[in-house]
Amino acid sequence: MLNSIAFLIGTTLLYSAPLIYTALGGVISENAGVVNIGLEGMMVLGAFTAATVGYFTGNPWFAFLMAGAAGASIALFHAIACVTYTADHVISGIAINFLGPGIALFVSTIVFEGATMTIPLSLDDKIPRPLNEVFAQNSFFDIILNQYATVYLAFILVAAVWFLLYKTRFGLRIRSVGEHPRAADTLGINVIGIKYIAVLLSGMFAGFGGAAMSIAVVSNFRPTLISGQGFIALAAMIFGKWRPFGAMWACLLFGFAQGLVVFLGGKDTIAVSSQVWAMLPYIITLVILIGVVGKSEAPSADGVPFEK
Amino acid sequence: MTMKEKKKTGFFQSTAGFTVVSIFLGLFIGGIILKIAGFNPFTAYWVIIKGVVSKPKYVAYTLVSATPLILTGLSVAFAFRTGLFNIGAEGQFIIGALVAGLTGYFWHLPPVIHVIVVIIVAGSAAAAWGGLSGYLKAKFGVNEVISTIMLNWIAFYLSNWIVGLPGIAKEVGVNVTNNIQDTARIDILGVWKRTDEGIEYLTEHPFFFDLLRAPVNLGFLFAILLVILIWFILNRTTLGYELRAVGFNKHAAEYGGINVKKSIIISMAISGALAGLAGTFHVLGNSMKVANLAGMEGAGFDGIAVALIGNTTAAGSVFGGLLFGILKYGGTKIQNELGAPTEIINIIIGTIVFFIAMPKFIKILYSIKLKKGGNQNAE
Repeated sequence: MLNSIAFLIGTTLLYSAPLIYTALGGVISENAGVVNIGLEGMMVLGAFTAATVGYFTGNPWFAFLMAGAAGASIALFHAIACVTYTADHVISGIAINFLGPGIALFVSTIVFEGATMTIPLSLDDKIPRPLNEVFAQNSFFDIILNQYATVYLAFILVAAVWFLLYKTRFGLRIRSVGEHPRAADTLGINVIGIKYIAVLLSGMFAGFGGAAMSIAVVSNFRPTLISGQGFIALAAMIFGKWRPFGAMWACLLFGFAQGLVVFLGGKDTIAVSSQVWAMLPYIITLVILIGVVGKSEAPSADGVPFEK
Repeated sequence: MTMKEKKKTGFFQSTAGFTVVSIFLGLFIGGIILKIAGFNPFTAYWVIIKGVVSKPKYVAYTLVSATPLILTGLSVAFAFRTGLFNIGAEGQFIIGALVAGLTGYFWHLPPVIHVIVVIIVAGSAAAAWGGLSGYLKAKFGVNEVISTIMLNWIAFYLSNWIVGLPGIAKEVGVNVTNNIQDTARIDILGVWKRTDEGIEYLTEHPFFFDLLRAPVNLGFLFAILLVILIWFILNRTTLGYELRAVGFNKHAAEYGGINVKKSIIISMAISGALAGLAGTFHVLGNSMKVANLAGMEGAGFDGIAVALIGNTTAAGSVFGGLLFGILKYGGTKIQNELGAPTEIINIIIGTIVFFIAMPKFIKILYSIKLKKGGNQNAE
């Protein structure tokens, strides 16, 4: 029983991490007033880049950073469209969601000779587990805390993004650009520049989110690996009221759902109802959203093109 | 762009013109990427064209693959007109398919009537599913983007749960439903073509033999009828006028006496029904059964691109759906014939949508051209 609880907590943390990175990306971008519905596409590209770079270099941290760079590069297009050419943010995001998987699978087919799956990494080439062998194997704390470093990093980044947004001058600028770009502009803030940085950061975070999936949770990239996590992260961000910690809690809820499916899937007796369990967090989210009506407010200028 | 600037006229200054330029740019950039990857883009596009039109079977397959896209595109476009973003076409598609699969197998009704009943029941179920998002928005202010994302996943797991239930699954452990009754099928001569008489006839008539190798069905025809119906509702009825007014300016519509909340619910319900019918026709005409889903199939998300390519109009959805269907089905051929990755299609579609998102960029592109032209004239 105790081990079952530990297993649930452990898998919840494991599956929440990719969502947390991506949701944080959404938080940064939307606080600067750029709606980022393209998180999914950025995440896919990140997942593929991490798995591919990891396979060829054997260096998981370099692969992780490259995933961030890949996410940021495709986010650059989103920024060019939304910030420079005042495009409809949602439409541009939809385009990113076609381009991200398109590019990932196209390159995969060429690099891996016709396969849309990358070759799995060996266990040593995956993201390391800092607390491995600290606790007795399969003990309560081992199951919960023997996580990939990306899991810990995700939670550290929640605090970091919170600090950035609410305790630094730069964060204040991001938020002012998202709330009232014209006022920010009058005060001499480089609205365009801030928006660009925010969108690039959001791409980087989504790329990290993909990497946290492909080189930690599993050990390779495949077409179905990222199927909707970007949208879930987007929902988590809205659910979390566009704030880092709020988004984190929402991601934990969705991570718990995935953990529950894995947990119940391993038990033959109730395997059938795992599908029903899987529905629960989405239903809960809807119910909670009904309850918090009016309190959930997006940054005022979110999605509104800014023209000088 | 200032208001003072003279409004230019002509096709290429219109939204449709921008779309055409975007499609050209998408194909152009797709070509460059193919070239960089070591494939001849002209050969690739030729293979796609040939792969779509060179045999009756190919044309039929293309229409079959375009059918759900036209309908999900129509669904998204319809919601857009009321100012709503229906990202939930995916889930509504799943519900429409699921209900069609169940009522198509478990209910025993005479031919034709069975089809009509299944379409009505499955369409209503999907309408309720979509309408729920509308209700949540109208009544509780829940953003439809987030509620439809949630409902997509709920539909996904619900469908997977139901097709695995004992009594519904074909066999224990096999998460696939039984094939629907023959009375509910909308494929053309689907049963006949497997009879002795059919096989005999078809071996003598190579055209029909080839054509009927594709799952030819009435879905495409129904889709076109629905496009006409939706065009009529939007442009020729009071309901359509009210829905568009809400999309244009919610507050003005309310001031003008239109019940905005009711409009939101109706719009999402109709949008849901359309996406659901895409799933229904897919089951009745093509798959004949509902299987366990490994991941989201994408018909709903593709529908968003179709709607955007079609400038969120009813007729545009046919154009967008056909273009997408051609690229999607034709794109599978370049893999076999050239070894070029099919995924280039998603890059092309993404690029097209990307340029559609920024008409401002295309306007700037025009101005560069005009300047160059001007210089040439000066010389």
